Amino acid sequence: MSAVSQPGASLGRVETRRTVLFTEDRPLVLESGERIAPVEVAYETYGERNADGSNAVFICHALTGDANAAGHHGDPARPGWWDNIIGPGRPIDTDRFFVVCPNLLGGCQGTTGPSSTDPSTGRPYGLRFPIFSVGDLVTVHRALAAHLEVPRPLAVVGGSLGGMQALQWALDYPDDLGAAVIIAATARLTAQNIAFSAVARAAILRDPDFRGGDYHEHGQPAYGLSLARMIAHITYLSEEAMREKFGRRLQNSEVPRPGFDVDFQVESYLEHQGTSFLNRFDALSYLYLTRCMDYFDPFADEAEAVLRLHEGRTRFLLVSFDTDWRFDTSHSKEIVRVLLAAHRQVSFREIASPWGHDSFLLEIPEYHRTVQAFLRQLANGNGH
Amino acid sequence: MRADLQVVADLVPPGSEVLDLGCGDGSLLQHLMQRRGCRGSGVEISDEGFHACLERGVPVLQGDIDQGLDDVADGHYDVVVLSQTLHALRRPAFVVEEMMRVARMAILSFPNFGHWPLRMNLAVRGRMPVSGFLPYPWYDTPNIHLCTILDFEDLVTERGLEIDRRVLLDSEGRPAHRRAIRRPNLLAAAVVYRLRAPGL
Repeated sequence: MSAVSQPGASLGRVETRRTVLFTEDRPLVLESGERIAPVEVAYETYGERNADGSNAVFICHALTGDANAAGHHGDPARPGWWDNIIGPGRPIDTDRFFVVCPNLLGGCQGTTGPSSTDPSTGRPYGLRFPIFSVGDLVTVHRALAAHLEVPRPLAVVGGSLGGMQALQWALDYPDDLGAAVIIAATARLTAQNIAFSAVARAAILRDPDFRGGDYHEHGQPAYGLSLARMIAHITYLSEEAMREKFGRRLQNSEVPRPGFDVDFQVESYLEHQGTSFLNRFDALSYLYLTRCMDYFDPFADEAEAVLRLHEGRTRFLLVSFDTDWRFDTSHSKEIVRVLLAAHRQVSFREIASPWGHDSFLLEIPEYHRTVQAFLRQLANGNGH
Repeated sequence: MRADLQVVADLVPPGSEVLDLGCGDGSLLQHLMQRRGCRGSGVEISDEGFHACLERGVPVLQGDIDQGLDDVADGHYDVVVLSQTLHALRRPAFVVEEMMRVARMAILSFPNFGHWPLRMNLAVRGRMPVSGFLPYPWYDTPNIHLCTILDFEDLVTERGLEIDRRVLLDSEGRPAHRRAIRRPNLLAAAVVYRLRAPGL
């Protein structure tokens, strides 16, 4: 197995920029018909845009990501969430590509979301923020692409919810994209997926501090949000990964201390994930974005989806991980099946990795090598 | 491109949609896409082959052909190719069935175990045959379902398939001398078939 050639350097210090893409005069019209204005988007770009913007690679982040995909904001020890794959000489090579990563609509890291100020009341939207779809996320991404003078991105790349956005983009705008790279994603959540989301949302909604979504003067529903994160984290790791990482090891002692305090390492890990999440994420965004995933079902009318995909020129790379039980390989293969039916050019690979759903964020040589080779030949105009 | 792949390529009607099973580094598909106006994709089990296809811009699905082609609808392709792979499959007859399910036309190539030097090896020297098409020692070979031309044509008859074209190859993979037609099972080192489902 050969490693990714030239791992390359980090981008160093980067900055998040903001731009207002929809205004009172030109509001964002959602698929539901509801309107939102203004809509501000936080985003970062890395690398140089070429003359016609045809070297743009658009990154769609997952549920709790943000615009800081790569590089750092002052502390090199705290790089962006996908720093291992984006950078000079890295698989998403900023020496070749103009890389764009926005925070998505409904997020809480600079882009307008349910905790932003509702201009009609001067107070946070709360639960008055309209329900939006993955298609609406794509509408905002396309507005950002237009703002950056990128009429046709070379590729859209995303893992998990990010991959769902890439799929929706290819489906809604078949001539828009050179390629879609869809990693550890799905075209349809299973009942089990929705069940986990439902429990996480119940934890938030039933926290007395949630206050019907109007918690902003009092502080977050910390109990519910951290519990939601703990539940989700169980689904991100495989059983194998948990066994390897924690086993039944104890946190602070040689012998068990029976009682109800944190004793096992896995408990301590989940507590930490839950608590640290409070500093960077918003309970309302969590509700809206998980709901957006639940309703995602672009192949509900399969015949129509096949027809729409058939018109396009988008090429596809799908990657799954063999221990991912959140969106296991059958989810990716289902997307492959529909893309093949539509006569699209599809490449697909299941990567061996012990780390479960989280694998898409990790530096796994065969995975990175696959993404690198696919993007490279796109850039070389090797398409047929 | 290897000589035997050129023979396979010449049997693919221009403009076809092609599925290449065990496509290796994707060189056949790349040739068909660039020179014969075909569209297509490959299935390849090895990491190296998969990667080579990506680098060529050939669409490729990593997978095990022995598991069947669940993702592919009936009659989806015009042509399905299985080049120098049949003898390495665990379920060759099942795979041939799958091929005839997903395409109207199948092109298969494999080494002929009835070729006289192989027979001599076993009959005279008493050794398992090793040749250009079958280069592996007995204890370390992926080739587990070897057959002769006669054996394969029995299977074709039994499954009710129709041989549309047959090209005999020499040990270099080029079309064999025309004398080979007299005793194909003895004189051909390998063979390429184009099969059709009956009634088409």
